[in-house]
Amino acid sequence: MTSIKTKIGRRAFIKNTSLASGGLVLGFSWLNSCKPKVGLDMAAKELSKEWFELNGYLKIGENGLVTILSPNPEAGQNVKTSMPMIIADELDVDWKDVMVEQAPLDTGAFTRQFIGGSQALRQGWTGLRMAGASARQMLKEAAAQVWKVPADEIKTSGGMLSHEGSGKSATYGEMASMAATMQVPEEVQLKEKNEFTIIGTSQKNVDGMNIVTGKPLFGIDTHQEGMLIAMIVHPPAFGLQLKSIDDSEVRSMPGIRDVFKVKVFNDDYVKTFFDTRTYNEVAVIVGDSTWQVMQAKKALKIECEPIQSSTETRDRFGTTWEQHTPKGLENTEDHYAQMRSRTEKGGEVRRKDGNPEQAFAKAAKVIERTYTAPFLAHNCMEPMNFFANVKDGKAELIGPLQKPEFTEQTLSARTGIPLENIDIKMTRLGGGYGRRSYAHWLVEAALISQRMEAPIKLIYTREDDMTDGIYRPTYHAKLRAALDADNNLIAYHVNVGGVPECPLYENRFPAGAVDHYLAEGWTIDSNITVGSFRAPSSNFMACAEQSFLDEVAEVAGKDPIDFRLELLDRAINKPMEGVTNDYDPARYAGVLKLVKEKSEWGNQDAKTSRGVAAYFCHNSYAAQVLDIVMEDGKPKVQKVTCAVDCGIVVNPDAATNLAEGGIVDGIGNALFGELTFKEGMPTKKNFDTYQMIRMQEAPKEIEVHFVKNNIDPTGLGEPTFPPIFPALANAIYQATGKRLYEQPFLKNWAI
Amino acid sequence: MCLNFVSLFPSNSDIFMPSITIMAKLNLKINGEVKEVDVDPSTPVLWVLRDHLNLVGTKYGCGIAQCGACTVHLDGTATRSCMLTVSMVGNSEITTIEGLSENGDHPVQKAWLDVDVPQCGYCQAGQIMTAAALLDKNPNPSDEEIEMAMNGNICRCGTYLRIKKAVKIASENS
Repeated sequence: MTSIKTKIGRRAFIKNTSLASGGLVLGFSWLNSCKPKVGLDMAAKELSKEWFELNGYLKIGENGLVTILSPNPEAGQNVKTSMPMIIADELDVDWKDVMVEQAPLDTGAFTRQFIGGSQALRQGWTGLRMAGASARQMLKEAAAQVWKVPADEIKTSGGMLSHEGSGKSATYGEMASMAATMQVPEEVQLKEKNEFTIIGTSQKNVDGMNIVTGKPLFGIDTHQEGMLIAMIVHPPAFGLQLKSIDDSEVRSMPGIRDVFKVKVFNDDYVKTFFDTRTYNEVAVIVGDSTWQVMQAKKALKIECEPIQSSTETRDRFGTTWEQHTPKGLENTEDHYAQMRSRTEKGGEVRRKDGNPEQAFAKAAKVIERTYTAPFLAHNCMEPMNFFANVKDGKAELIGPLQKPEFTEQTLSARTGIPLENIDIKMTRLGGGYGRRSYAHWLVEAALISQRMEAPIKLIYTREDDMTDGIYRPTYHAKLRAALDADNNLIAYHVNVGGVPECPLYENRFPAGAVDHYLAEGWTIDSNITVGSFRAPSSNFMACAEQSFLDEVAEVAGKDPIDFRLELLDRAINKPMEGVTNDYDPARYAGVLKLVKEKSEWGNQDAKTSRGVAAYFCHNSYAAQVLDIVMEDGKPKVQKVTCAVDCGIVVNPDAATNLAEGGIVDGIGNALFGELTFKEGMPTKKNFDTYQMIRMQEAPKEIEVHFVKNNIDPTGLGEPTFPPIFPALANAIYQATGKRLYEQPFLKNWAI
Repeated sequence: MCLNFVSLFPSNSDIFMPSITIMAKLNLKINGEVKEVDVDPSTPVLWVLRDHLNLVGTKYGCGIAQCGACTVHLDGTATRSCMLTVSMVGNSEITTIEGLSENGDHPVQKAWLDVDVPQCGYCQAGQIMTAAALLDKNPNPSDEEIEMAMNGNICRCGTYLRIKKAVKIASENS
């Protein structure tokens, strides 16, 4: 067994143990918040009468049932099932005896209670294991005292304690009361990875039954007595700000309670990284019911004025930067023209290996291509919303968000309400994909409630959701490659930027696999707000890089997989001195080899065309082979074979679901995803014009293969998303002879 | 009945027509029960369900019948409740996800659990209602028929393959 100090998350163990040592922690209002799992034989078992809290993550009932709190928000990546599975495995209980509830936001008890960057499992892994293992140790200590035997002679299995020498045994339930009074161990033993009994097995979504029966799981489903409905009206175009509102017609409309302006952040407030807000001042309409407020929203007249250019200081976890916001009404065609000309000026050199200028000068062949991609809207199926009830200096907030720890601080700064008087309850997220990291609507909801002196639910209409900003940026990349006379890649040059963010990862492949390498980046200021979007930056870089390498391989006369493996071999066998690369070339090559084998690369039938791509991001590796056939001149995706290395797979079927989702979502965004602007105004505001992938365009079949290893888990929510863009582009090229340089790909189609 | 200009236009039309709203008491047959609601007759069924009857399983996604999150059954036919005004319902029977089965044991719900379809789960009630209506009319749909029927329901998480698989399982088991 691995012995490990209980340093991570120890605050949780200590704090909650001291609570528990004061006596029994009874099963409080858990019937409301904690729902039995699907397929659980819970009906057969009496629900526990008493619960004993062993640490912040778990409590054990006198009958052996275990309630595990899932610390992070659930957005569909299934952490609400997989995180408790990790705890349950180390605790050594049967999964069927486990009930799961969403933990409250408690920064004292839990660490890193947020989701983003595919990091929940990777960063939660050790802490969750310790939570389970330390509780198991406390149960053993309790049994040791009762039985008067050494604790290290006691074995556990499936929620049972036993001591071979004395023949004694007991259930966890029988020892729970005593265990709750034990000291938290300074050091615990974790299981060897081959001892896992739950991790690595497929377990059903703990919220499955609630989802398929339509239970109120989502923020938008929140209802409280006396609750009012609020909606915003924001300026119609980026580059404008709210000047005044004319509410004369609206005030007398049925069910309307109030109309006013809300200023989201104060002028002197230094906004943090996740405090992005497009329109700092918005009009608000509050009324009795959603439909009444929607009617009033259509009738409300607002007057807007142009913004002035400004520079504000932003704070990213202690590091400040100056954000410049130019005035003006922006247009998509201008963005593309600006990016083209900005590329020619060159950017800030972020990495330079060898002598790229000389290598390009003496190359036998030089290939140069440019790639572009548009702004994208997140389009979470659940529009942005939040419930707030602010009164008597306290704030109760209920809803879906990705970064509650940070948003709580923002709200405290805006309202002056101390953190201990702010209670944020996390509901299931009807999609996040990065958008729900920027929770300005929570602040808006709180300010509206405060003013109305009533509980309110703020709902964005779909149109508000799509036109209110915080998009994936638009990008432009120029890539160059130099081949020598033997068709070896001798130099690689990436020149990339975006409006208003640069997507460059200078230390990623093929950096480290080519002697002469140059990476430069640039940005163009904009008043269009941007933020994280599933696999930020990677979602563009993968497409540019992997489409380009496909073309370079072709010019070099090499098979696209072999060409990549050749480069990775070089990074493995002849690593360059004095440089650091983000990726592990052996794991990268591993997914390519696996996808080559599983897809039976080279064996497709005559009417099928195939493309391949691979990418590393969020600490994981994914490679995909995509098969299409052409029907009526259009590509139909038949099958995707996907190989992933994300370390240990906690819940294989759920992981497969997530990988499939990344692939489908990626194909949709590659084919259709696009938000354009005319005079600052988004040209699409709902799904009638913003095309989303539907069942007919989804692949007929997806196979997901995980590399089997014992590496601690890494990300999965994002890594399968980026490489599917170029896999599709490369397959379309094989079918049509047309290389795709612009997204969305549908744009390249003669319709 | 009241004069109501709004209902003459698509509910999300950009053209705003001031409405002369008169609240009306209506009896709706929902999930086998008759419910009396007192609302503006131009109110879409979606908001009557969610705001007035606290049946929140039916979801708001787009408000213009493009995403399918709000799908209910109107006399057994899959219908987008976001553009169905309450005044148009008349004597028709509305079934929502809450009324599809007593205990989540409709063959479609069971298949959904079996395949473990959902990711975020927000669109799934609408997907299930569309699928259940399809199988009611066509107990053995082909792949193409499933795709055709389900094409009005968007899932950004991308669970379409599992949805199709679950529809097939439900078809076999019902």
